[in-house]
Amino acid sequence: MPDGFIVTVIKSFALVNMVMLVFALMTWIERRLIGRFQVRYGPNRVGPGGVLQPIADLGKLLRKESIIPAGSSPVLYLAAPAVSLFASLAVFGVIPFGEQATIPFTDWKIFLYIADVNVALLLIFALGSFSFYGFLVGGWASSSKYSLYGSMRAVAQLVSYEVALTMAVIGVVMMSQSLSLIGIVQAQERDGIWYIVPQFAGFVIYLLASTAEVSRIPFDLPEAEGELVAGYHTEYGGMRWAMYQNAEFVATIAFSALASILFLGGYDGPFLPGPVWMLLKMALFLFLMIWIRSTLPRVRYDRLMIIGWKVLLPAATLNLLVTAAVVVWVD
Amino acid sequence: MAVVDTVRGFGVTFRHLFKKPVTQQYPEYKRPVYPRFRGRHLLHRHENGLEKCVGCSLCAAACPADCIRVVAAENTPEERYSAGERYARIYEINMSRCIFCGYCELACPFDAITLGNDYELAELSRDAMVYTKEMLLAPQPASRRTPVAPRDPYDVPSQDGVAGRTSLQ
Repeated sequence: MPDGFIVTVIKSFALVNMVMLVFALMTWIERRLIGRFQVRYGPNRVGPGGVLQPIADLGKLLRKESIIPAGSSPVLYLAAPAVSLFASLAVFGVIPFGEQATIPFTDWKIFLYIADVNVALLLIFALGSFSFYGFLVGGWASSSKYSLYGSMRAVAQLVSYEVALTMAVIGVVMMSQSLSLIGIVQAQERDGIWYIVPQFAGFVIYLLASTAEVSRIPFDLPEAEGELVAGYHTEYGGMRWAMYQNAEFVATIAFSALASILFLGGYDGPFLPGPVWMLLKMALFLFLMIWIRSTLPRVRYDRLMIIGWKVLLPAATLNLLVTAAVVVWVD
Repeated sequence: MAVVDTVRGFGVTFRHLFKKPVTQQYPEYKRPVYPRFRGRHLLHRHENGLEKCVGCSLCAAACPADCIRVVAAENTPEERYSAGERYARIYEINMSRCIFCGYCELACPFDAITLGNDYELAELSRDAMVYTKEMLLAPQPASRRTPVAPRDPYDVPSQDGVAGRTSLQ
């Protein structure tokens, strides 16, 4: 907390609300974009261009009946979505949107991140895994076969892809010699090259594995609606269902931010101020996620495992070895 | 190769992103109905303003859904409604029952009832679905008018033909 306690609390409050606002807007943007990808309009009725659609959705969800299924474990059932949402939101605590900025019309300088943790990358992956506890517990607690299947798939997918994801990221860590996200950005500024160029294989692996990590199409098997009704959140409705959706989408935004930092230099860029670059890069990755969603069909479950263990993991390991050799040789 | 095909798929979806959506924006744009489309009923008047309906109840008899209710009354020289001896004092169609078969139109000896092209018949209660004579006699408001497709491509009797009975005047 480089700004002291009170400023950090205010910053955290503002950041969480901004993330929620971006989430609400992204649900609309995603639906509009997928509509256009499919040569239709998408929601365009509520407000100008449909931009108030999230508010209409919120109003609908708030009025839904709150149901606790018979045979469920009420406490776990109620707590699980909150766990997932907390873990997804907490990731933003270590994501830097810039280094230091002066608030306009004052000479008050604040840092554009909540905390600079020296093991930020580890923390993010730990929180990413932690959000799966919400999926697992929620699916188990709702006492439904579909939910349980969904949770089992979610955990199996996490185990398979977390390894490749971490391996892919270690390449960046070795090049930057830092686990802190600010350190990684500074290393890219120092080296004068964004790590997407030397770490292109790692980038592709990261992209695939992080799509699986946030269980989006084509890796949305934990909630494959064609097979499992809705997977782990089958029995959830109203705002608790919205919390799961929220957790998933916030995780998507967080992994987009992480991708921007690790491979595209984060807030590093010419002409424009740092936070603008950061948001542009995040928007690029979010667009990519939506593009992937509107292009690829869901992979079969056995192929998901094959891609994870037999393709991504060896590729990531190879990338790691080559990077290690190059780093040592350059030194 | 699977990877190449996947990448080509991204190109296909990206091209579609810039195409004009094919969606028809319904309340603003109403797709023209077929010339023989059977929608909400209309009761007609003669040129002199008298109702064509004489309250014979043949439409009610022909109705397979039993949704038409006609109660006839005598015309008097002081209160004259129709061209015949009697007129329909009550003429109601229960739109929640009507199957839009058009048998009433066929049964009517005076062409007093036809099926129009209005299909926006949603109401907030079942009671409101019972359309009275006043509603059916009234000219269709412009806001509820649906465009009708040109007749030529379809097998529709000519409008000025003697044998042709056209439902959409």
